[in-house]
Amino acid sequence: MKHVITLNVNGDSYRIAVDPWRTLNEVLREDLNLTGTKLGCGSGDCGACTVLVNGKAVSSCLTLAVEVDGKEIMTVEGLAPSGEELHPIQEAFIEKGAVQCGFCTPGMEMAALYLLKQNPHPTEKDIREGLSGNLCRCTGYNKIVDAIRTAAEKIQKK
Amino acid sequence: MKRFNIVGKDIPRADGRAKVTGTAIYTDDIKLPGMLYGRILRSPLAHARILHIDTKKAKALPGVKCVITGEDTPKIKYGNWRLFPNTQDEYPLAVDKVRFIGDEVAAVAAVDRDTAEEALDLIRIEYEELPAVFDTDAALKKGAPLIHEASPGNISLDRKISYGDIKKGFAESDYIREDVFTVHAVSHAYLEPCSTVAQCDLDGRITLWTSTQVPYIVQCLLASTLGMRENDIRVIKPYVGGGFGGKMEMRPWEFCAAFMAKKTGRPVKFTLTREEELATGRRRHPMKIYSKVGFKKDGTLVAKDLKIHLDGGAYNSMGPTATFLSGNFGAMLYRIPNYRYLGQHIYTNKPPAGAMRGFGAPQSLFAAETQMNMAAEELGIDPIDLRIKNAMVTGDKIPDVATISSCGFIESLKEVAKMSNWKRKRRTLRTGRGIGVGCYSFISGGVFNWFNTQYPFSAAEVRAFADGTVHLLTMASDIGQGSDTTLKQILAEELGLKMEDIRITAADTAMTPQADLGSWGSRVTLMAGNATLEAAKKIKEVLFGAISARYNLNVIYDMECKDGRIYAKGRPDRGMSFGEAVALVQKANRGKPLVARGHYTPRGKGLVTPAFSFGAQVAEVEVDRETGLVEVKKMWTAHDCGTVINPTGVEGQLEGSIHMGLGYALSEELVTKEGKTLNTTFLDYKIPSALDMPPGESICIETYEPEGPMGAKEAGEGLVSPTAPAIAEAVCHATGYRCKDLPITPEKILKGLRKK
Repeated sequence: MKHVITLNVNGDSYRIAVDPWRTLNEVLREDLNLTGTKLGCGSGDCGACTVLVNGKAVSSCLTLAVEVDGKEIMTVEGLAPSGEELHPIQEAFIEKGAVQCGFCTPGMEMAALYLLKQNPHPTEKDIREGLSGNLCRCTGYNKIVDAIRTAAEKIQKK
Repeated sequence: MKRFNIVGKDIPRADGRAKVTGTAIYTDDIKLPGMLYGRILRSPLAHARILHIDTKKAKALPGVKCVITGEDTPKIKYGNWRLFPNTQDEYPLAVDKVRFIGDEVAAVAAVDRDTAEEALDLIRIEYEELPAVFDTDAALKKGAPLIHEASPGNISLDRKISYGDIKKGFAESDYIREDVFTVHAVSHAYLEPCSTVAQCDLDGRITLWTSTQVPYIVQCLLASTLGMRENDIRVIKPYVGGGFGGKMEMRPWEFCAAFMAKKTGRPVKFTLTREEELATGRRRHPMKIYSKVGFKKDGTLVAKDLKIHLDGGAYNSMGPTATFLSGNFGAMLYRIPNYRYLGQHIYTNKPPAGAMRGFGAPQSLFAAETQMNMAAEELGIDPIDLRIKNAMVTGDKIPDVATISSCGFIESLKEVAKMSNWKRKRRTLRTGRGIGVGCYSFISGGVFNWFNTQYPFSAAEVRAFADGTVHLLTMASDIGQGSDTTLKQILAEELGLKMEDIRITAADTAMTPQADLGSWGSRVTLMAGNATLEAAKKIKEVLFGAISARYNLNVIYDMECKDGRIYAKGRPDRGMSFGEAVALVQKANRGKPLVARGHYTPRGKGLVTPAFSFGAQVAEVEVDRETGLVEVKKMWTAHDCGTVINPTGVEGQLEGSIHMGLGYALSEELVTKEGKTLNTTFLDYKIPSALDMPPGESICIETYEPEGPMGAKEAGEGLVSPTAPAIAEAVCHATGYRCKDLPITPEKILKGLRKK
């Protein structure tokens, strides 16, 4: 039997009926057409599907949609809600060459957002630890680490 | 050297904004009205005859719209080596036999993924299990089970290279050593699992959106396997989440999506799971490498005899090319007057190996560079000095094979020695710490045409507009490496425009000029770059003519495109804006648009590649002698990639190579037991995380490659090769344990230490 739930995603409220086994990742991508959140492994190992639930980074592929009924969800689409001005994390990812194929990027950005909220002045080690649940096959991570350090500075200046 | 305005500058990626905002559309993001979801049923057995398939129950499941097996298809074999049809050994869905665990047997399309998955369980297959072989030694044994009828002895292909006189070479050698190396299977582990959406148009033509490195190859092979004409297939490459060689063939799900879209009249999507990717996907060839080298006392290389057994798995895939290239890479770094190579591509009942970043080089160079380090030790010569003594230099020729037209190898060696403080560290590092070197040479695309294309290797169309913009159309495929940005830079540079003046449409076989062989073998910058440059030069020439006529200039005047203007070089006032000049040409031609085509096919460049890149890498490690754990402390790299078009892009390629090389050396291995891949999640298949990456320093040795666009050549693929031998040498320097069988695991180190 389907469950009727309310998802608050990036400030918008969606009332939908979902099967109890459907993951948050499936519902975001398929029912809400928010395809910015990716699916890289389906087992919580790669971090490409990372979103924030009530401010905390979670793997949307391991989270059931019914579990987050009524909770505040933020996806990559919520980073620059106006569609014009980019979030400092996004700006820094572009400037520092932290993007190659881009498939890990949304998850990396959400992990970075969580990290910087917890720890606005992270050391390099903090950043690497904060990203250790997010895999990237293209960049070797160094430019991503650099981008997050730069984003932290940008956020401070704002 | 020529000064550039846009080339050589840190231009941010053209697709950066789309990717950081999550608006970049990858294949699995596509949803079409009425779309069905496909799933593939795979063989649970490594080698078996298919006796009977019963799909009745699956077909009867509500929501299932289509179920197909090999019997429903035209049964046409395919493979990338179209020039040699006997190498095309694969059916999109198995016919009569399955040859590996994961071989595609049937496909289902249903209204949703859960229903499709459920239907797979309802397909009943009766198999007669056959004896199987799981490594090359077993496959080569007399009386071994035959995997393909057409390949007796399970050898699918031989490749020989020979020059000089190998016997004489060894007779003249003072020091000879023979070693056997083995290397293992690893996964591309691109983050985006393979995905395809097919739609059938009203007139029966197919449009296929697919995560591929080779739209043109997919178009052609899809046409042939479906029994259609090439132009009845349109392949569009959306954003691609990495490839690394793993997406450079037509794949069964591409066929199934197209075939089922045609059959049902509804769009069909297939997206693989990570488990499918790791358990059944293409992988880097495991190899057994027999290498014999001969030196003079003073370290001069005289002869090399190389034999390689490639474990190809169940089908040829890109194995024939890897067999060919492994032999070339065995002798590209150093002057070897007498060389012999025999490569044999051998079938086993395992998931097929294919192309993977380096395409034979990581394996061949692990052996070659490790052997070089062993020889240096025994000859009592510093490993870097031994390399400098034998290094290829600009102008060197391998008879009938290749000419090295630019080479910064010796400079790379010297630079990396300086950066890493090599000489001092080799002498003074404490026990447990070590430093080692590895080198590479790589191709800038291949000269070979095994695909038998009837088109140029790469092509470009440039359309110039009176509003001051230009539009580049090319089939070149950006799969994350950044080629769209690179090509835009080349075009903007040549036409004196800004990045924002350039539009690009790429990798759509119906809209972009025929053809391009795809993104592999580091061919795009050189080949698509040259095609783009040629088209740009033609546009420029027309615009110069218009300005010359407009100002009645002396015909000997030099002209220039710069900062959005076109003018006489000595008289900058005689000129106008780019857009005005385009308008002038259009007026002169009574409205005809200003369009030019460019193309590139290598000519007179031997048998391998139009251009070689070179580089050297040093690794410093610390080995815990109690646990055998290796920590890479730092990597230093110096490499020659010709003119650097985008420094951040090159650096990103370099750092990504180190990541992949590090995994290859230390942590990654697809473990199989009787043909079954055991580690099918990223928890068990360990690609390095952000915590595992060592710091690094790098330097580009700038050379000018005469064959490349604005002097550019390969960057970032060859660099995946030196990391493993450099780390292996550093481990040996630290502990005395010499690794000849990758990966370097703590178990092997501890065992090695106990032996000593």
